[in-house]
Amino acid sequence: MLEAYQFVSRHPEMLAKWAVDHLWISLVAIGIGAVLGITLGVFITAKGREPMAEVVLYFAEIMMTVPSLAFFGLLMLLLSHIGLSAIGFLPAVITLILYGQLPILRNTCTAIRQVDPALIEAGRGMGMSQRQLLFKIKLPLALPVIMAGLRNAMVLIIGITAIAALIGAGGLGVPIFRGLRNARMDLIIIGGVSVSILALLVDGLMAMLERWITPRGLRG
Amino acid sequence: MIRLERVTKIYSDGTEAVREVSLEVERGELCVLLGPSGCGKTTTMKIINRLICATSGKIYIDGMENTSINENELRRNIGYAIQDIGLFPHMTVGENIGTVPALKGWPKARRRKRAKELLELLRMNPVDFIDKYPRELSGGQRQRVGVARALGGDPPILLMDEPFGAIDPITRVDLQNEFLKIQQELQKTIIFVTHDIYEAIKMGDKIALMKEGRIVQYAPPADLLYRPRDEFVAGFVGADRGLKGLQLIRTKEVMWRSPPTTKPDEEVMAARERMEREGIDWLAVVDDEGRFTGWVLSSHLEEGRKVKDIMSTSAITATRNAVLSEALSLMLTSGPNVLAIVDRSNRLEGVLTLQAIQNALREAAQKEESQ
Ligand SMILES: Nc1ncnc2c1ncn2[C@@H]1O[C@H](COP(=O)(O)OP(=O)(O)OP(=O)(O)O)[C@@H](O)[C@H]1O
Ligand SMILES: [Mg+2]
Repeated sequence: MLEAYQFVSRHPEMLAKWAVDHLWISLVAIGIGAVLGITLGVFITAKGREPMAEVVLYFAEIMMTVPSLAFFGLLMLLLSHIGLSAIGFLPAVITLILYGQLPILRNTCTAIRQVDPALIEAGRGMGMSQRQLLFKIKLPLALPVIMAGLRNAMVLIIGITAIAALIGAGGLGVPIFRGLRNARMDLIIIGGVSVSILALLVDGLMAMLERWITPRGLRG
Repeated sequence: MIRLERVTKIYSDGTEAVREVSLEVERGELCVLLGPSGCGKTTTMKIINRLICATSGKIYIDGMENTSINENELRRNIGYAIQDIGLFPHMTVGENIGTVPALKGWPKARRRKRAKELLELLRMNPVDFIDKYPRELSGGQRQRVGVARALGGDPPILLMDEPFGAIDPITRVDLQNEFLKIQQELQKTIIFVTHDIYEAIKMGDKIALMKEGRIVQYAPPADLLYRPRDEFVAGFVGADRGLKGLQLIRTKEVMWRSPPTTKPDEEVMAARERMEREGIDWLAVVDDEGRFTGWVLSSHLEEGRKVKDIMSTSAITATRNAVLSEALSLMLTSGPNVLAIVDRSNRLEGVLTLQAIQNALREAAQKEESQ
């Protein structure tokens, strides 16, 4: 414990670099993942696409059960096969995006399906197009639940990003794995505790954001 | 204005919700669709604005077939109040009312102005309500906003599905009266769904009574009451036709228009003389501005005093547009066999006597016998 503290006070710039890398990878992954997941979620929730929704959600669930390490490995093979960088940032972000899909997709679907049919009928009856229904009624009403899904995904992603250090993506996994290799307890503690703190912080921030973007008329 | 020609709707599960319905509603007319639950009222209405697609038959709006118009365009010009109100919870009252104007591309300031106008029309103070959210409103207020929203884009046609459904009877009567007054001014072409026979008689220029997807009788309320076409209609209208007939008559039609009045400072002697001269046992007391304040009854007269010492103050009043059945129940709670009819600022416009109601009842009964 003491060693960990000493290390941090001697090399604060190293910890800062790991943390910033970690956050950056996670943010890119959640950003792209959110756009992808919400768009896909909206798409598969449309009328008549129920079977497609089932299939997509099923795959997202399966994805969650594959150990992330195994998936990193698979992806490295695939990427090098098509001549892309097989280590570092790219494979890490791709994996993280995929792991974040389940909570985002699931919440998007549930939230949109939960919108009171009477409201949709009112909107249709007043002459809203499908697009206007989506942007003026369904999405605003679904927003708090979608946001909760993003929060789940973000916490999940911050955790898995630690493993991404194994494929050379950097982040707070770096001290953890270095500590494991060299039997340096202090490094393991620094990495582990930092990941937890980061996850808690981001979760708290996103909880605030969630409250903030909830339409005023829906706040209890 | 609206014409349905042999419209039929069979749902995909085989339910025949509407069968060969033909109906014509003139411009400025309020047509009530009346009938028991499940008889096809909502379905008929939704076929008109194409929320539901008819299995067969044709609908003409202003001579144009409704399927020839872009469906969103069509709906923006037909005000629609759905059965469950359906206010958007994430929008303010003003934004809700401005829904169709927004779809029509009106600028924000104009939408807000329109919302204010409509709130005023429905007797809700715009300053208090325009920025509130639906969850902050009472049931009656929500229904008002629902109606205001249907009127938002100033459509020539309104479809209203039980617009006063989920509220207490007193608020309901208020809303009905206000709506009738608004309609007198706006002259919209309206299809109004209800399963309440009293509401139908009161609101409708014509009533289409439906049963199992068919229209059994389409006629003015008086005809439905006094010339029912068959057993079903007679049964639906019920036995107490005389009382229901009171729904057809408004106080202004039978009230005593400049009734004898007195002022609080008048001597009781003078009041007594006026009563004797008119042959009545009451006088309405009004203040200097003509506002109704109460009654002097002959049983209370005492010599040598002023009217204000013996009068009984009363706040029970009705408006000139109240129907007789409402006036009668108010009269029964007010005590004396008279009811003050006042305008919005409580100025006395007339007096309704029990005698006048009895006469109206008698006439109604005669109509029934002469059928
Ligand atoms: N989407 C649907 N699919 C199948 N049947 C339906 C559908 N909507 C309505 N029905 C049936 O069609 C019939 C007419 O329904 P409709 O909603 O028009 O009745 P209503 O007169 O408005 O009744 P209420 O007074 O209860 O509102 C009912 O038997 C109903 O169960
Ligand atoms: Mg209905």
